[in-house]
Amino acid sequence: MEIHLILIFMILAAIMAVEIKDLISSVIALSAVGLGLSLAFLLLKAPNLAVTQLVVEILLVVVLIRGTINKDLPLVIDGRWFFNTSMTILFIGIFLLLGYFTLRQLPVFGEPQMRVSSGYLTRSLCETGSANVVTAITLNYRLIDALGEAAVLFVAILGVSAISRRIGKVNEK
Amino acid sequence: MKSNTPGMTIIVKIVTRLTVGLILLYGFYIVLHGHIGPGGGFAGGVIIALAMIHLMLAYGKDTVTKKVGRRRGIMISSAGAILFLLLIALSANGFIKGVNLIPFYDIFISIMVGAGLFTLFLALVILITEREGE
Repeated sequence: MEIHLILIFMILAAIMAVEIKDLISSVIALSAVGLGLSLAFLLLKAPNLAVTQLVVEILLVVVLIRGTINKDLPLVIDGRWFFNTSMTILFIGIFLLLGYFTLRQLPVFGEPQMRVSSGYLTRSLCETGSANVVTAITLNYRLIDALGEAAVLFVAILGVSAISRRIGKVNEK
Repeated sequence: MKSNTPGMTIIVKIVTRLTVGLILLYGFYIVLHGHIGPGGGFAGGVIIALAMIHLMLAYGKDTVTKKVGRRRGIMISSAGAILFLLLIALSANGFIKGVNLIPFYDIFISIMVGAGLFTLFLALVILITEREGE
């Protein structure tokens, strides 16, 4: 049920990101899509992917915001101070409330929940020495796959860095 | 209040000075505990690159690019990639036995990803804003 709500939210945010006129509002809507995707990964019990998606999304938003505007964000201090202050207090209250419920749901320290199928868990642990089964698969059983992924990322970084050199370097000589 | 030094206002600078160390520590934690909990080399490397980007956005680009420029960033990233490939080649040919190699893979991947994405940010954002400013 929650996964359907998150999917509907992601679709609405994606439509907003395409249709909206203001560039920075479009970037914010796009980041809402990424946040929804991270939450969906969490609901589907894939915390490795959720952490990676969240972190890459933050980097993408920083790059896009600095790329779309070339000056600092305008600071609005006149008017609407009551709305701004009340919304800030409201969101701080929501954050504290959700944090309270989340911290009550956490398992006791030192007793993690082991719901992964125990046979595969013990087998990967004694074969690779890694408690994280996902890391054990990606960096031991499927190591060549990780090597190819790293090669793709490295070639992309080299290509961007080679293409976007300072233009006119040859002509200055 | 607008100060004359490059970067953002003094509030952002003070908060950055307090939080950058914690973000770097969290990145190292994610990298070194990649074989125990969720996370790993890629996510930890991106967090380390984000700490550097945070510092650069708050204090102006000269404070970071004096230490790590584009050439040095590419060199660090290439060193991480070459060490990763070398370790895979050594372990596949049976030279290393009886060692859990997953933390070392994570460390080399994080070096490659962190330095590479930081260089990518320099190339994509700083050079574009410089070109528009000219």
